[in-house]
Amino acid sequence: MKYFSKTALGLALATLFVAPAAMAAANEVVIGDIDDLSGLYADVIGQGGIEAAKMAIVDFGGTVLGKKIVFLSADHQNKPDIGSSKFREWADQAGLNMLLGGSNTGVSIAMSKVAAEKKVPFIAIGAAGASLTNNDCTPYTVHYAYDTTALANGTASVMTKNGGKTWYFLTADYAFGTQLQDAATKVVVANGGKSVGAVRVPLAASDFSSFLLQAQGSKAQVLGLSNAGGDFINSLKAANEFGITKTMKPAALLAFISDIHSLGLKTAQGLYLTTGWYWDLNDQTRAFGKRYFDKMKKEPTMNQAAYYSATLTYLNAVKAAGTTDTVKVMEQLKKAKINDMFTKDGYIREDGVMVHDMYVMQVKTPDESKYPWDYYKIVKKMPGEEAFGPLSDSTCSFVKKK
Amino acid sequence: MTDFFGIPFPVVFGQLLLGLVNGSFYAMLSLGLAIIFGLLGVVNFAHGAFYMLGAFAAWVGLDMLGINYWFALVLSPLAVGALGIALERLFLRHLYKLDPLYGLLLTFGLALIAEGLLREAFGSSGQSYPVPDLLQGATDVGFMVLPNYRFWVIVSSLVVCFTTWFVIERTSLGATLRAATENPKLVQAFGINVPIIVMLTYGAGVGLAALAGVLSAPIIQVSPLMGSSLVTVVFAVVVIGGMGSIMGSIVSGLALGVIEGFTKVLYPEASNIVVFVIMVLVLCWRPAGLFGKE
Repeated sequence: MKYFSKTALGLALATLFVAPAAMAAANEVVIGDIDDLSGLYADVIGQGGIEAAKMAIVDFGGTVLGKKIVFLSADHQNKPDIGSSKFREWADQAGLNMLLGGSNTGVSIAMSKVAAEKKVPFIAIGAAGASLTNNDCTPYTVHYAYDTTALANGTASVMTKNGGKTWYFLTADYAFGTQLQDAATKVVVANGGKSVGAVRVPLAASDFSSFLLQAQGSKAQVLGLSNAGGDFINSLKAANEFGITKTMKPAALLAFISDIHSLGLKTAQGLYLTTGWYWDLNDQTRAFGKRYFDKMKKEPTMNQAAYYSATLTYLNAVKAAGTTDTVKVMEQLKKAKINDMFTKDGYIREDGVMVHDMYVMQVKTPDESKYPWDYYKIVKKMPGEEAFGPLSDSTCSFVKKK
Repeated sequence: MTDFFGIPFPVVFGQLLLGLVNGSFYAMLSLGLAIIFGLLGVVNFAHGAFYMLGAFAAWVGLDMLGINYWFALVLSPLAVGALGIALERLFLRHLYKLDPLYGLLLTFGLALIAEGLLREAFGSSGQSYPVPDLLQGATDVGFMVLPNYRFWVIVSSLVVCFTTWFVIERTSLGATLRAATENPKLVQAFGINVPIIVMLTYGAGVGLAALAGVLSAPIIQVSPLMGSSLVTVVFAVVVIGGMGSIMGSIVSGLALGVIEGFTKVLYPEASNIVVFVIMVLVLCWRPAGLFGKE
């Protein structure tokens, strides 16, 4: 027994010395990206996100603190176990300094546990679930672009105020869909409306008509589409086909410009949606849109733009902190204002939410659209504090209650 | 009595019809699989990919070449069927004498390649294919408003399914086909070119999948992923019906579509697994499937 524990101690000590040495030897700053690269969310970020992050690295100069910036990417296939084991592998063996986590709330919640365990900064973009900065928060998580709270405060509030008092939800049956439905229900009720029911649809269902018929049977005024990507597209398409959009107003609780492009304006016109970014907002966004378009032949989604912004923000923080040490970089990230093509005076709050202006948009009719990708008109610009709610609402365990 | 398990009757009929629409797709796809397995002994895992290619061929035809829906119904299965024949000649025929597992692995690999290439070219959100003018609009059938196109799907797929069944089970061509797979050497001795028959059978099975793809194009987004989400369900349908049984695949395809439709009302969360639960039960009770011989 005594012999065994001595050996074990020796081995433990040996790993202690070997591991940091191996990382220091690699004179690199490693940024990873784990996202859905092949499934129903692949057009929301996917290859476009990789391209945007690489653009940011090139714009930054390719090196930080004299170290080469290395970019890794992997496909989580919408499976939490794949996402978290890849993250763990990179943290242990590749000297990962920061992880960009793409679409799918379920996967991102699993990855945030690894971030806490390995103490690696984790920037979630695309996973909408606000639990990432509430019950599932970690000191190393940053939630960029948008969350379920902001989406609900945009679309659900505008539509309820415009007379849509009764809602029926078509909800993707996992953490994202239910969190979005809950957030929207809260906003609907707060504005004097109510939710009359919901149906939970398995992810990536092949047919939505049965579920839509149930929604129609509810006689609600608004059809809350609490899903995203391919599921959102197919459910809206079927709602049109069955004439449900004539009696119920569809509310896109989360829609991307890639979805609208794929549906076409004829089907999508009049739809309300909430977005954190749009390529045609100002000269700076248009300039980024053009650079991206030249490479990818399509305009970026808000998440792809956020990939660019988040990568740059992280690299700036490393430069300002003078180190890649996680605690110091996180401190710097939460201190500095973010000013780039994505946001003006955005800031990362104590609980990890990146607070910035959000936009409620309405999809243009084919007649209103004057040039390619001219899809949205601004209904309302929401200041960050209104969109993301006050910090005092956060249930994050380490946020100091004042 | 105005309800069925607590569901009002109009809803029951509505779900029954929608279940039949989905069941029509299951039936057409499992029919092709059953033919290929029954006559060639190949577990064609690329079936979902051929279905997807059928839809893509229709979309490319309309978008780039101006070929309308009605021509696509004929041309797309022919084109995809020809691709199937080419793949059979190049790869598949070398595997007939080996364990079926090799054919499964090969076709699975081909499916992944096809999906990957199209995702690279067109992205994953898919393309919109318009409903043809003739079938635009919807009809109020009393208990629900049914889009005319969905009605067309049910009718046309039933016609295709039963014609296929008739050709294989009731004509001399079908008899030759079945004989060729039962005892190829003997049939060859009668002067019939068996390899060509096998090749054309594979092409026909693939063509059926492509036809189902064209039929579904106006309903769901034409996307590289549309086949992979369907193919596992269709395999379960074939297992339930009995591997290789033509009538079994048609009947179980339609029935499972309806059962799945009701699950979507009674317990929506389970709607994507109910087919597999039934498969497990059937395998325990009748391992050869409901219509299988053994």
